[in-house]
Amino acid sequence: MQATETDPRPGNGTGEPGPIPVVLTINGTERRLEVEPWTTLLDLLRERLDLTGSKKGCDHGQCGACTVLVDDRRVNACLTLAVMLDGASVTTVEGLAQDGQLHPVQDAFVEHDAFQCGYCTPGQICSAVGLLKEGRARSDDEIRELMSGNLCRCGAYVNIVAAVRQVMDGTGAGR
Amino acid sequence: MNRFSYVRPDAVAAAVRERASDPGARFIAGGTNLLDLMKYDVEAPSRLIDITRLPLRDIQELDGGLRIGALVPNSDLAYDRRIEERYPLLASAILAGASPQLRNMATTGGNLLQRTRCVYFYDTATPCNKRTPGSGCSAIGGINRQHAILGASEHCIATNPSDMGVALAALRASVRVAGPDGERTIPFSEFHRLPGDEPQRDNNLAADELILSVDLPAEHFAINYTYLKLRERLSYAFALVSVAAALRLEDGKIAEARLALGGVAHKPWRDEAAEELLRGQPAERASFEQAAGQILSGARGFGENDFKIELARRAVVRALEQAAAGTPQSQSDKRVQ
Repeated sequence: MQATETDPRPGNGTGEPGPIPVVLTINGTERRLEVEPWTTLLDLLRERLDLTGSKKGCDHGQCGACTVLVDDRRVNACLTLAVMLDGASVTTVEGLAQDGQLHPVQDAFVEHDAFQCGYCTPGQICSAVGLLKEGRARSDDEIRELMSGNLCRCGAYVNIVAAVRQVMDGTGAGR
Repeated sequence: MNRFSYVRPDAVAAAVRERASDPGARFIAGGTNLLDLMKYDVEAPSRLIDITRLPLRDIQELDGGLRIGALVPNSDLAYDRRIEERYPLLASAILAGASPQLRNMATTGGNLLQRTRCVYFYDTATPCNKRTPGSGCSAIGGINRQHAILGASEHCIATNPSDMGVALAALRASVRVAGPDGERTIPFSEFHRLPGDEPQRDNNLAADELILSVDLPAEHFAINYTYLKLRERLSYAFALVSVAAALRLEDGKIAEARLALGGVAHKPWRDEAAEELLRGQPAERASFEQAAGQILSGARGFGENDFKIELARRAVVRALEQAAAGTPQSQSDKRVQ
């Protein structure tokens, strides 16, 4: 066994699968967990931590319903192994509101009616928060392109673009 | 997903040793393709070697070119100021592919190693020579709208799905790799393979070799270039046909030309004869049509994908026109001018 940072349990790294300790900061709270290496971040959030806001749509990185922020970057939680994130900070839709106040993107989604059934919404919102942090979108075309990793089968796209645009322009009625 | 063990080496040599000691092990970095394949039971590694903590995350100057560490995420690469200014063809191709989430995860080295998106390769209930050598090719005579028109074999007509790779082919990048016996450099054109009678082998990387970097040569093509991608919907879909075109113009004539196609072959398809045809010619439609004829001279359809031959011919001409005019295809406004 070569030197690794996380090989604290006998068996791991020598061919025997088994749980591995990781430290994750999830929505601002440090969590010490033991995870099987094949546990995706999405399954960890939903099945172990009861954070069911992040949705399992396709489970293959095609729909974006599982989008969360890892160290402030939007990623597909379904294609991320939790064990690989040791030391990282994860923000889900449940962690966006601060001090009882919705995040501006959440306010904008409400204001613009940017959803119908709501299943894709947590992923859309996390993705939009990531898009705004990246600061690459200027036009509606660019918002559309840079939100293309999130599908909405209800077709609320027009209002989603309007919501993102409002936060981008800082013209929301909210904070 | 199958069960597997997990290790996280902190040095390249240790990672290579891990891989060499277990033929069933796989390196993992972004994981966007490997985990997807594992969920479909196409891949079932005994061990994952997490290479994300290796020191391969930098973009460094290299004799007028750039050395891109294998772990540089696609999004960081596309938005790196040196890439935007000096290799906008590469930035454009990257932004034409996948989604922002996937580009945040996927790495430079991993992009080169992604497997085909052939539906039969993913469907373990069907024969596939790439997945199970000798079982047959279901795409020949099957659903093959997405499949190859160039360089295919009777054993496999799958395509390489990369957009980044098409730009790297045009830019004549090279791939630096490490193995148990040290480092070597593979020209990009020799990195991926045609299917031949070993379609299970996508590339010429040995099983225990690890990609360290992708190296870009000094010639940038920052003025006359384009990446034109044609697909079934406007975003977040693999190419039916894509074209990376780059020209260096002198007095209205083509001093240097680069041309590569995506979505049409088992590897990013570059044709030096087509590039040679363009050299010294006026930068006008007749020259571009000649080059398109050359690059598609060996094209063959398999039924559903017959249309890609004509689509590719027109896309090559249009891309060369965009490059010559200095009006590269926008990756957000999708209108093709």
